[in-house]
Formats: sequence, structure tokens, C-alpha cells
Amino acid sequence: MAGFDPQWFATRGFGGHGAALGMRYHAHGDDWAELALPYDERLIGDPASGVIASGPIITMMDMATSLAIWIKRNAFVPHATLDLRVDYLRPATPGKTVIGRGECYRITRSIAFVRGQAHDGDPNDPLAHVAGTFMVVGDVAGMGLNRRIEA
Amino acid sequence: MSIGLPPYAEILRVSVEIEAGAPPVLVMPFADDVLGRPGFLHGGAISGLLEMAAIAALQHALEAEGANGSDPRIKPVNVTVDFMRGGRDKPTRAAGVVTRLGTRVANVEATAWQDERDKPIAAARMNYLIVRD
Repeated sequence: MAGFDPQWFATRGFGGHGAALGMRYHAHGDDWAELALPYDERLIGDPASGVIASGPIITMMDMATSLAIWIKRNAFVPHATLDLRVDYLRPATPGKTVIGRGECYRITRSIAFVRGQAHDGDPNDPLAHVAGTFMVVGDVAGMGLNRRIEA
Repeated sequence: MSIGLPPYAEILRVSVEIEAGAPPVLVMPFADDVLGRPGFLHGGAISGLLEMAAIAALQHALEAEGANGSDPRIKPVNVTVDFMRGGRDKPTRAAGVVTRLGTRVANVEATAWQDERDKPIAAARMNYLIVRD
């Protein structure tokens, strides 16, 4: 497999649910990726305050942590979310773009451990914190990934 | 009872099935807008559905409690979602159960299923802060 380029992945569009929410690529590093979710009235969860729902934030953090895993593996290996925990530290500010940063801090043959934070402008004032695990689906051994994963 | 669904529910195309005395069941059809990897629901869309089902169950419980005419506000503290099965090309239903409704905190569980209710595709535990005026 010729590696994994999150920007190329993002230019193809996230498709499906990510596209429906208006999610975009923001930045990435060796084991992390950041996505952006521009404010959109269609995402509102509390009409009284205009605060967006938590569902779109979970979706963004699921995608950002997924990208972090593929970046760390340097391969697009299909996986499924095993579990995801989100702590809602504060409501997102209406009108502001939410940035979601996902990090893959440990990877094994079949499981990836991730964490991340979301903020709306100041990374030191996060609005959500996430932790989760993903499991490779399908035949890992057949993907020629063992050496890289064990390295 | 009344269930107020937010604009976000329209992206998921959620509708509500109400049975007297029971927490409402939310239904999300399979559509491109809720897809993750090809052929499967996005975990985030399932999570969003579970959270709405949990809040609907909590609103149902608060109404049953009477709440002395006040309208308590519900603030999510956290959610943990476990994914058991991939969501396939068929409708997904979700419903919540309020495990405990206290003065300040509510513990709610929600499950999402497709074919059979006892074969969930995902389940979530949520803690909510209840703000009573």
C-alpha cells in the first residue's frame, strides 16, 4: 500500500455523513489529525441557545481519530469503532467553527487507542474530550502490515 | 407527550414512534447522509441517534415526574458509546431508559437496533445534569 495522505483523502470529500455535516480537513501530523466543523444552523441541538448538537461533534471526533490511526499506520486499513467516550466540558459557542483534534497514541495488530479534544478557537479552552478504541476489520495479516505495526 | 426534535434531527431524518407510557422510539432511515464506510452507518450518526433517544427518554421521565410545572434544563455531561454490530441498509431504531432520575443528575442508557431489539448494533451510557429553577 502506498501510504496514507489525509489531505488527499479529504480532497475526495468525506462523503456520507461527514459531508452532510459540512466537515473539512484542517491539519495533521505524524499521529494526529484535525478536522473543522463550520457553524451551521442545520446542526443546532438546542434551538433556544443556538448551540450545535453533540452528535456532529462525536462524528467529527470519530473521523479525526480515524484519520490519526491511518496516518500512524501509513495505510488506509478499514476499521470499526469499538467504543468512544466523550466528556462535554462546555457548550460550543454558537457561530464559531469547531476544531476536532484526534490522536492515535497506541497501535497494535488489531486495536488502535485514540484520544482527542475539540475546541472553537482556543486549544487551551477545549469544549470536549474524547477517548476510544478502534478495531481493524478484515484480514490484517493479508494486508502486509504486520512488520510496520510490530515495528 | 411532546417530543421536540432539534434541527440536527432532520439531517438524520429522525421520526418518533410513541407508545403510551413507554419512552419514545426514534427511527432513522438508512440514507447517504448517515453513511460512514461504504454500506455502513457512520458511528457518529448512530451516536447522535442514541443521544437523542436518551434525551427523549429523559424528557419523558421528567414529564411523568410532573416537575412542579417548571421546565428543567438538560445538560449533557458525558457519553460512552459501544458499537456491537455494523449498521446496515435498513432502518435503525433507538430508545433510552432512565436508570436513575435524581434532583441534579440523571443516568440514562440507550440502545440502537435494526432487526431485533435484543440484538443491539450500539449502546450508550449517558450522564446528564438537571437544572431546575
